[in-house]
Parts: sequence; C-alpha cells; structure tokens
Amino acid sequence: MTQRPPEDELVVTHEVVEIAVSTRRRTIAGIAIIVTGLICLLAWGLGSKAGDAAFALSDIADKHQIPFVRIPGKAAGVVLGLLIVLLGCWHLARGFSARSMRWVLSAVLLCFVIAFLCWAGTGDPTLQLSIFGLLQGTIFLAVPLILGALAGILCERSGVINVAIEGQLLAGAFAGALAATVAHNAGVGILAAMLAGAVIGALLGVFAIRYAVNQVVLGVVLNLLVLGLTNFGYDALMQKNTEGFNNPTVLAPIKVPLLGDIPLVGPLLFDANIIVYCVYVLIVVVDVALFRTRWGLRTRAVGEHPKAADTVGIKVSRTRYLNVILGGLVAGLGGAYLTIGAVGSFSGNISSGKGFIALAAVIFGRWSPRGAVGAALLFGFADALQTLLSASHTPVTVPSAFLSMLPYLATLFAVAGLVGRVQAPAADGEPYLKG
Amino acid sequence: MTYQGTAPASAAEEMLPEAKPGPARRLVDAIRYGNSVVLTLLAMLCALLVGAIMIVIADPPTRSAMGYFFSSPWDTFTRGWHAISAGYVALFEGSVFNPDSLYSNGHTPIFGPISNTLLNAAPLILGGLAVGVAFRAGLFNIGVQGQLIMGAICAGYVGFAFRLPPLLHLLAALLAGVIGGAVWGGIAGWLKARTGAHEVISTIMMNYLALGLLNYLLGISGFQAPGSNQAISRSVHGTARLPHLLGPNLSLHLGIVIALLAALGCWWLLTRSTLGFSLRAVGANPSAARTAGMKIERSYVVVMLISGGLAGLVGCSQILGTNHALTGDIDAGFGFDAITVALLGQASPRGTIFAGLLFGAFRAGGVVMVANTGIPADVVLVIEAVIVLFLAAPALIRAIFRLRESRGGGVGVGQLAKGWNA
Amino acid sequence: MKLELRAITKRFGSFTANDAVDLVVEPGEIHGLLGENGAGKTTLMNVLYGLYQPDEGEILIDDVPVTFKGPGHAMSAGIGMVHQHFMLIPVFTVTENVMLGHEQTTPGGFLNRRRAGREVAAISKRYGLEVPPDALVADLPVGVQQRVEILKALSRDARLLVLDEPTAVLTPQETDELITVMRALRDGGTSIVFISHKLREVREVADKITVLRRGAVVGTAEPGASQSELASMMVGRPVQLTVDKEPAQPADVVLQVDGVSVVDPNGVVLVDNVSFAVRGGEIYALAGVQGNGQTELTEALVGLTTPTRGTIAITGRNIGKLSTDEILDIGVGYVPEDRLHDGLVGQFSVAENLVLDHFDRPPYGSRGSLNLRAIADNAAVRVQEFDVRPANGLAGASTLSGGNQQKVVLAREMSRPLKLLIVAQPTRGLDVGSMEFVHRRIVAERDRGTAIVLISTELDEVLGLADRIAVMYRGRIQGEVPVGTPAAQIGMLMAGSTSAEAAAGTTSLSKGAVAAPGAAGVL
Repeated sequence: MTQRPPEDELVVTHEVVEIAVSTRRRTIAGIAIIVTGLICLLAWGLGSKAGDAAFALSDIADKHQIPFVRIPGKAAGVVLGLLIVLLGCWHLARGFSARSMRWVLSAVLLCFVIAFLCWAGTGDPTLQLSIFGLLQGTIFLAVPLILGALAGILCERSGVINVAIEGQLLAGAFAGALAATVAHNAGVGILAAMLAGAVIGALLGVFAIRYAVNQVVLGVVLNLLVLGLTNFGYDALMQKNTEGFNNPTVLAPIKVPLLGDIPLVGPLLFDANIIVYCVYVLIVVVDVALFRTRWGLRTRAVGEHPKAADTVGIKVSRTRYLNVILGGLVAGLGGAYLTIGAVGSFSGNISSGKGFIALAAVIFGRWSPRGAVGAALLFGFADALQTLLSASHTPVTVPSAFLSMLPYLATLFAVAGLVGRVQAPAADGEPYLKG
Repeated sequence: MTYQGTAPASAAEEMLPEAKPGPARRLVDAIRYGNSVVLTLLAMLCALLVGAIMIVIADPPTRSAMGYFFSSPWDTFTRGWHAISAGYVALFEGSVFNPDSLYSNGHTPIFGPISNTLLNAAPLILGGLAVGVAFRAGLFNIGVQGQLIMGAICAGYVGFAFRLPPLLHLLAALLAGVIGGAVWGGIAGWLKARTGAHEVISTIMMNYLALGLLNYLLGISGFQAPGSNQAISRSVHGTARLPHLLGPNLSLHLGIVIALLAALGCWWLLTRSTLGFSLRAVGANPSAARTAGMKIERSYVVVMLISGGLAGLVGCSQILGTNHALTGDIDAGFGFDAITVALLGQASPRGTIFAGLLFGAFRAGGVVMVANTGIPADVVLVIEAVIVLFLAAPALIRAIFRLRESRGGGVGVGQLAKGWNA
Repeated sequence: MKLELRAITKRFGSFTANDAVDLVVEPGEIHGLLGENGAGKTTLMNVLYGLYQPDEGEILIDDVPVTFKGPGHAMSAGIGMVHQHFMLIPVFTVTENVMLGHEQTTPGGFLNRRRAGREVAAISKRYGLEVPPDALVADLPVGVQQRVEILKALSRDARLLVLDEPTAVLTPQETDELITVMRALRDGGTSIVFISHKLREVREVADKITVLRRGAVVGTAEPGASQSELASMMVGRPVQLTVDKEPAQPADVVLQVDGVSVVDPNGVVLVDNVSFAVRGGEIYALAGVQGNGQTELTEALVGLTTPTRGTIAITGRNIGKLSTDEILDIGVGYVPEDRLHDGLVGQFSVAENLVLDHFDRPPYGSRGSLNLRAIADNAAVRVQEFDVRPANGLAGASTLSGGNQQKVVLAREMSRPLKLLIVAQPTRGLDVGSMEFVHRRIVAERDRGTAIVLISTELDEVLGLADRIAVMYRGRIQGEVPVGTPAAQIGMLMAGSTSAEAAAGTTSLSKGAVAAPGAAGVL
C-alpha cells in the first residue's frame, strides 16, 4: 500500500481545470465589442465634421493655464474605433480570460468615450470642451456617492443590508443645512448632519438587529420616513422662514500649499472643502481598517459567520450596532456635502436617488472600498458627462432627458452584465438570533 | 428493557390537541397577546402620536408658546391641543364625513370625502397588489413607480392618439397600459433570471429610466399638448376614459372596481391556481421548488410580468380616470406608497384592500388638512411609514404596550424576503 | 481540569431538552457522551459553553461553581469546543481563524499576522496537528478544517475540550488520526468530552461513558460494555441491528450512466468520468465521505445540474435535454440530502408539501386551478400510511421534527409509480425509530421492482441496505464492491486507495476502522 505524502492532503480536494468562457458568451461579447467599435468608427469617426476638437484642461480662473489640447475628430474616431474592433476580433478569435476581461472592457469604454468627446467637440472652431470641468464635475458628483458607498460597506460587511443610504444622505443634508443656519456655523452643520445620519443608522440597527425585520424592506420604509420628515420640515420651517432656517454658510474651499499648485491635479483635488479631504482620508482608513485591524477582522467575521464569531467571544450585536452607526455617520457627512458642501440651502428630496446609486456602487465594487470608490467615480463621470454635453453646443443635440438617464443605464448594465452573481458577505441581511 | 415507543421528544408536544376557545376567550386573548388587528390599531395609535408631535412642532403659535413654557406651560398644551385636533379633524372630514355637508344642498358634498378616499384607494390597492404578488414569489418589486409610468404612457398614448368606439377604446387603452407596465416589470424579472441582477437595484434604476423617458416624451410633438410649452401631454379622448361612478360632480371613477376585481384575481391566483402554487413555492424556498421540478427563472419573469401589469393598471387608473393627461408627476407618489400598502396588508389581497382604503383616506384627508390648517401633507407620509415600521416589529409594539409574547404567530411580511445572496 | 455538571435543566418553551443532567469529567479523562440524535447532547454542551443559560443546576470547575454568560467566559475558564458544524469562516485563512477573538496587534494597531502564524505553527507542531497556516479554510478538506477547530481551542489554552460528533464528516483513516490526537491530548492532561451516537467509536476511545436519552442521563458504563447493551440503553428498548431483506431480484437496467463529468463554473471537477448501471429491484449504494461528488452526481441524475460530459439514460431514454420536471415525470423519485433546504417548503403545509412535485397534474391540478379537496384527501391518506406526526395535513412543514419531515418527503416521492428512486442521506439526523421505518420503506420500494440509488456517508447504512456498493472519492468511482465486503476495505476506498490496494491492505489496517461484522445495520 502506497502512503500518500502528507502535504497532498492539505491542498484542495478537487482537480481544477481551466475553463474557457463558454463559446456562446464569448461570441456574443466579441460581437458586441465589434459593434461598439463600428459605431465608434462610423458615427464618431466618419460621421465627424472636419476640424479639430479642442479640450480645455484648466479652469479659466486658474493661475497656470494649460494650452488647449487639439485632436482631429475624424482621425480620433477612426483610430479608436479600429482599436475597439481589433480588441473585439481578438476576443472572438482567441478569447481574453475572465480576469483580463475587466481591463478590456474598461479600455473599450475609455476609447469609446474619448472618441465620442472628439466627435462632439469637432466642427465648431469656437467650441472648447472643458475636460477640467468634466473631471471636476466627476469629483463633485462622486463625493456623496463615495461616502454613501463607504457607509454601505461599513454596514454590509458586518451583515446588515443598508438600503437606507438614501435616507441617511437626505437626513444629513437637511440637518446640516438647518443646524448650520441656526448656529451660523458650518462646522456645527457637519456635526448635526453626521448625527442625523447616525440616528437613521441606529434606527436601522434597532429594527434589523433587535427586531430582525427584513432589512431591504426596512431600508425602503426608512427612506420614506426620512423623505416625509424632511419634506415636512422643509414645508413647515424652511419655506416659511428661509433666512432663519435654510440659509447656511457654504464651506469654503481650502487650498493645500504646494500640492494645490500642481497644474490640473492641484485645482482638481487639492483646492476643495473639508468634506472632500475627509473623503480622501476615509477611503484609506476604511480600506486599511477593514483588512488590517482587529476591528476589521471582527467586522468581517460577524458579516460572514456570526455564530462562529459568537463562539470565540465576539459580541455580534454590539459589532453590528457599532458598524451601522459608523456607517450612518459617514453617510450623514455625505448628506452634508449636498447642502453646506455645495449649493448651501436644502430643497425637497435633494438626494434624488444618490443613495441608491451609492448602493449600486457597493454591489458593483463587490463590497470592497476600492471597488466601490471606482464604481462611484464611474457613475459620477457618467453624470458629469451628461451635464457637460447638455451645457455645450455639440453639433447634434442629444435630448437631455436621455442623457440624464445615462448613469442609471450604466448602473443597470453594470449590475446586470458585468457583475452578475456576485457574492455578498455570507451573512449579509440575516439577523443573528441566539437559540 | 421495555418498549417505550419511538416518538421523539418533540413530537409529544406536537400531538397536543389544539384547544378551541370560545369567542369571549378569543377576544381576551386577542388583546392580551395582540393579534394582528390589535397590533395594527396600536401601531396606528403610535403613528398618530408621532404625527401629533410633528404638528405641534410645525405650529407657530405652539412654538412661540414653548418659548415661555416654564412661565406658562398651560399655553403650550392648549395651543398644541388646538393644532393637533384641528389637523386630525380636518383629516377625518376630508376622508370620511364632514358634518357641515349635511347643511348644504344635494348629496354631492356628503359623499365627497368618501369619493376622494375611494379615488385614492384604487391606485393604492392596485399598487399594493403589484408589490404583494411579487413578495409572495420572493421578489421585492420597488419598481412600481417606473412600471406605472410606462403603463400610463402606453395607456395615455392609445387614449389620445387613436379614435375608436367608446368601450373598445377604453379596453384597448387598458390593455396597452397593462402591457406597458408588464414589459417594464418583466425586464427586471428577466434580468434577474438571466444574469442574477438583484431586482431591488434593477427596478430602482428602471424607475429613473421611466422618468427620463416620460420627461423626454412630454417635450416632443405628438405627445405634448398642442400649443403648450408646459410639460403636459395631449388629453385622453372621452371614449377611453374610465366612467365616473357617482355622477359627474364626484371624481370617483371605475378604477376602484378594477382594483377590487384585481384583488379577487390575485386571491384566486395565490390560493387556488397551480401557477400561484409554484410562485409561492419559489418565493418560500427556491431550492426546494427547483428540486421539485419548478422553473425558478421562469417564475421570476412571470411574476414580474404580473406585478408590472398590476402596476400598469395603476397608471391606467391615473391617466384614464383621474388626470386624463400625462405630466411629469403622473406617479403622484403611488409607486412608493404601494410598498407601504403591501407591507401593511401583509401581502394578502384582503389585507391590501384594507390597507389601500386606509391610506386612501389619509391621502384624501391630507389634502383637506393642508387647505384648512396649513399643516404640510407630508405628515401623512410619516404616519404611514411609522405604522409600517411598527408593524414590521410586532415585538416592539408588544414591549411598548406590555402585551404578552404571542404563542406561535405567523411570519410577517417584514421577515419574508432574505438578503442579497438569497 | 475537573468538570462537574449538577442537575442541569434546560427548557425551550414546554420542551425539556436537558432534565436534571449530572456529569462528572475527571482530569485527563476522555468521557464519552452517548445518545441518539435529539437526546440533548449538544444542548448540554452549549449550556456548558455559555451559548445557553441553564434554567436550573450548576456548573463546577475544579469544584468551584461558575456561571458562563457567553462563550468568551467559558473559554477564559479553559473550556474549548469543537462544534459539529465547524465554526470557521471560509473566506479567512487558517491563521486568521485561529487568531479571531484574541488578536494580537502591532504597536500601530494593526493585526500581527506574522506572530499569530508563528504561534499556529508552534501549537500544531506540539500536538501533531498539521495545518497550512496561510491557506483559506474554504480550500481545505474537512479533516484539516477539524484540526483548525481543535487548534483554535488549544491556542486559547483549553484544558477541557468538547468534541461534538467529530467523526461524522471524517474518513475512517481521518477518524483514526483524530483518535490518536485525542489520546495524545489526554496524556498531556487535557480532559475531553467526546459526543457521539456511534457506539463503536465511543467504546474504543472513551475512558468512561455516559448515556443520555430524551434529555436525561439513563446511566453510565465502562468502555467494556457490550455494543447491544449500550444500544438498548441509548434507545430505551432492544434494537434490531440489521435490516431484514431478501436477496435482490435484479431485473432490466433502469439507470445507465456513461462517462458523466460535472465541472463547476470555477473549473473545479466535481464528478469525474463516472459510469455505472442500476437494475430494477436492486439497491445501488454510492458510499463515500461527504463532498466527494455524490451530491453533484445525484443532481445531474435529476437534471438539476447539466453534466459537462457523458450521458445518462433512464429506461433507455437519454435525459440530457430534459428538465427536472420532465425527468420526475418519467417516474423518478428524488429524496434530496438536505430536506429542509431542498426537499420541503417550510412555510407550506404538509398537504401542500405532499404534492410539491405533482401539484399541476390531475387530480391535484387541472386547467390551471388547484383541487384543494384532492390535495387534502391525499394528505389524509399519506399521513396515515407513513405515520407522520402530528397526523394533520394543515400543520406547517417547518413545525415537524426531522424524522417526520423525512417521512413527508418519502411519502411524496413514493406516492406515485416509480421506476427509479434516488435517496440521499435518508436517515441523517433521525432517531432510531424513524431510521428503521425509513429503511423498511426503501427495501419495500425495491421489492416492488424499483431501481434504487442510495447515497450515504454512513458506512453501516450502506452495508445494511445495499445490494451493490460503489465508493466515490474525489469525483470518481474509486471501486465497486459486492455486498459482504469488509467495512475496512470500503473504508480504504473512501480514503482514496484503489480497489487492489484496499483488498491487499485490509489486514494491515489499524483496528479502529474495523467494524464488528455483526454491527452492520442501523447503528
């Protein structure tokens, strides 16, 4: 009888074969990419008017002006379109692995968008498309999404589904505007906003953890509750006395010395208000804390297998309460950005679905902070692109109603096509009840 | 050693005969342990208290009285009580019965409040059924808003773009509305079946897509009312409108009848049909349903078609009955109220009818409350959300009112669906 | 460490799970806790571990009364527990699982994984528990996962270790290794409570045996006590240890499986080129340790999984393109291994569950509507025939005990004319009475001429029921042996030896895995 070497037993029990993406799926994906490339080639390339597209890379008010970048529209469309077609053909013939497919799709998307911008900017010599404005808009729109998504991750990694991000943003926006006005102090506004987010978080926690209510249902109902409360407050207080209740000081941008002077990057990233800097810090902190600290290990344990965590003496409910409330604080900050971080005053339903997009970013980013931030930036970019295009006079006007659908369409495709059946934390949404 | 039987210990408990208590005993038990009716009433009481607090805070006289609360506390209470009673009396008068109407001419004013309640109840019941049916099949359809918009667009288009004989025109418009909603809902079901996209996310996104489409359509010729620069569509022809039920002066239309028929249909579907059996099985335990040979993917698509179709009827009720022209606000909040109605109605057709009537009354009364007292109508939204929140956690109501823990007790809708992975 | 439980009582509602249980575990003793499924063993240990609070009674450690508010308390008092269902987080590494709950951090507040890894290596070396510290737990075989569980307890300086049904998921060889580890731990001074319903193992390893029945201690025994003596103590009556059955009368081939492979979406080969044939009137058993492809193979047989390669034919008809629905329609019955998950809809009534896979066929459903009367009548008949308790078709399926749930599934599957019956783990979690009943029904179905595929991880069940036995290992059929083959030889096949090796190696195998020939049967 042959003795098996001991290490043999320690490895995976089953043999693994390299599975090629099924031929049918590969064909469909390949054809889809080629069609995208052809649209790019024909519409954005050959369909382009003669001339160059001009792109502005700095704000008009900037000290350091970067000269316009000029790209011939026709050539750009043709070259980029051909590139996409080539990628599609390669996929059809040889097939990219599932791993590299993400990068390929990102490249296709990038080429397509650049070609589209070149097409849109060509034909009118007086027109310059502001890339700076586009990127600034992206960050502006992504900040609440990032904060909302981080809030979602904090909750869901500990096993509580957070559909109430929308409500937390809205509550934060309302409380921030109200408190900042009454106290004549934006700092108080920020604190009040975070507190309001945390209160919604605590409500979510009590009903989800203590009373084991279905968490998706709970989130939807909490959103309605906050919508009703803030609309009520807006009608009853703010509308009747705007000066006294809805006239907050807007947070002033703070320019970081040195870093703020770098062309393009400086004005974009290092000349912003305090909440934006909080976002930079929070992204790093959440990512590091989740994977490298005791708190993070325990949070993930509770979200994956609460009973196992319980048997090694981790307090499941306490961990979940802590995370849900932390998430509320973060989302409340995101709400503050909507009012005192940007436009100042509150208006009814100011969050307008950003919380749901943030939730989509959590799922699209597979519950990891980095992924979610990437997704939030993508959604922010789609939104900013829409704003840019409806503001500038492109050769062919695209109805703005369709453009405003872009982020939602992107989310839908993202959730349906690219992500598919992703694995949430194993115990996400399941109340832990001791026997 | 002697034979001791083989029943496991737990079976002994199961074999205890169920005692059948008398009606008086049942009533006492209902209050002591809190059955679902008692719990609903208590939840409403809590919600009305929350609403009262909001009314007080929003009332300027009371607020100013609070400023000198310690020198003259009585002022706060009298003014507060005045504001609260004025608000809730207006709510009642607007939804059920206004005593003043007895002194006016004709029956119209007497039935006005009830007519408004039923008018609002129709779309709420239909929407509640849409959410409820999906719920029973394990899906959470948050997309009633988008589906009803698509239903309204389709029904409205058939209503104003074609000329057909009276009854036929109405039926065609209704059919178009149902199809519009069903397709929009079916897409979400199909996405779930094919790609696993969670219906909560996809239906939310489809809501925004429907809104975008509606806004686009309201700006193009063919849809937009001729000669108008407002975002409003042409009006539905008279032949396609739902007839009024209580004479031309009262706004109540056939929608409520359609809603009740739809509830009856849903009841049959869920309790008496083979399709409903498989939908419920998939909803309660998809793995067991699959093992028993049912097709889960097909079930997802079918139930979202049905749910979307019901939501399409909400759109029909709005465009063919209440408004006659599309506006950006055709949804009127019914899309999300449908969720609260379904939750309050425990996803059962009968419960949904009651919940729809209650929330319909809130809506009808809310309008009068705003007009008479200036209290923002959103207080009604808060009251509804609080009722549902409390009902989702019966243990909380029991704790507040010191009721005994129930013995057994069913699983509420609040506990029905599962997490992302389910 | 000396442990004493005095008059522990634990009730759940009106059900008494533990009734005044006394138990004394001396230092350095392996104490066997024997009892049927549902006898209250696990509840008792959860009380000891602080997961439940006892309603009455007290716990003494080294003669000092203690109360445990939670597992953390119990752990710090030196009690470690290896749960029947492992309390491991699959997406964490071995080190992370071991360190969880008592993490050490670097001065910056970050996890000190390196130090924890070193500690894991040190403990695993000291006790001979070999584990790969940086592998994900999900990638490890169950035997190694169990070692991680033991390591978790030892890394917290456990002086009393509770092992709850530790051998249920192990191959005979792995069981041998576990027994060696247990003895080494005992010799090092650790007390061990060994919970099991397998007489053989308890007799072999325990220094003292306590028997629980219906939540109460019915007696203590020395390991020398005879098997039948222990069995009757455990069950409360003399137990028939074998299944009565006539020799099989095989008829025509009903199920023909040719070269079937199943590969999951990640490319893991779960079933690897399996071929076999089953005739009407015989029971074909697929033995093997959990997770060696049996589940996936059965799913392929009923169309729940599509084989990547190979063909399956039932009564000569290729089922490759058929849906589950159509396959069941041919006359295939399927009792899935996880009843509550795959076999029953818990929220449905017993009556509804009894028609779950033929609700849309006459007389239960026609032209789209259900015949509630026919469904209720069917329930009344089946509930009687299969002795389901309570005998109430309207009872919710989730309120039934495990044995009665299994009876409902069996009643449903056997209530239509079958050509092929596939039963997976038919007696998992059942008490002895229900086990005997289920076995009798399966044999009766065979005698009606139905081909039966039995999937079981319980070697004794396979030996007692099967007419032919195949052993699955890593997705392959490792060997097919006739009935009457010694258990040890089958055990070696289950551990991956080839048929020739197994036949040659039987005599040299350690005594631990050898079942007494007379024990072949339900226990």
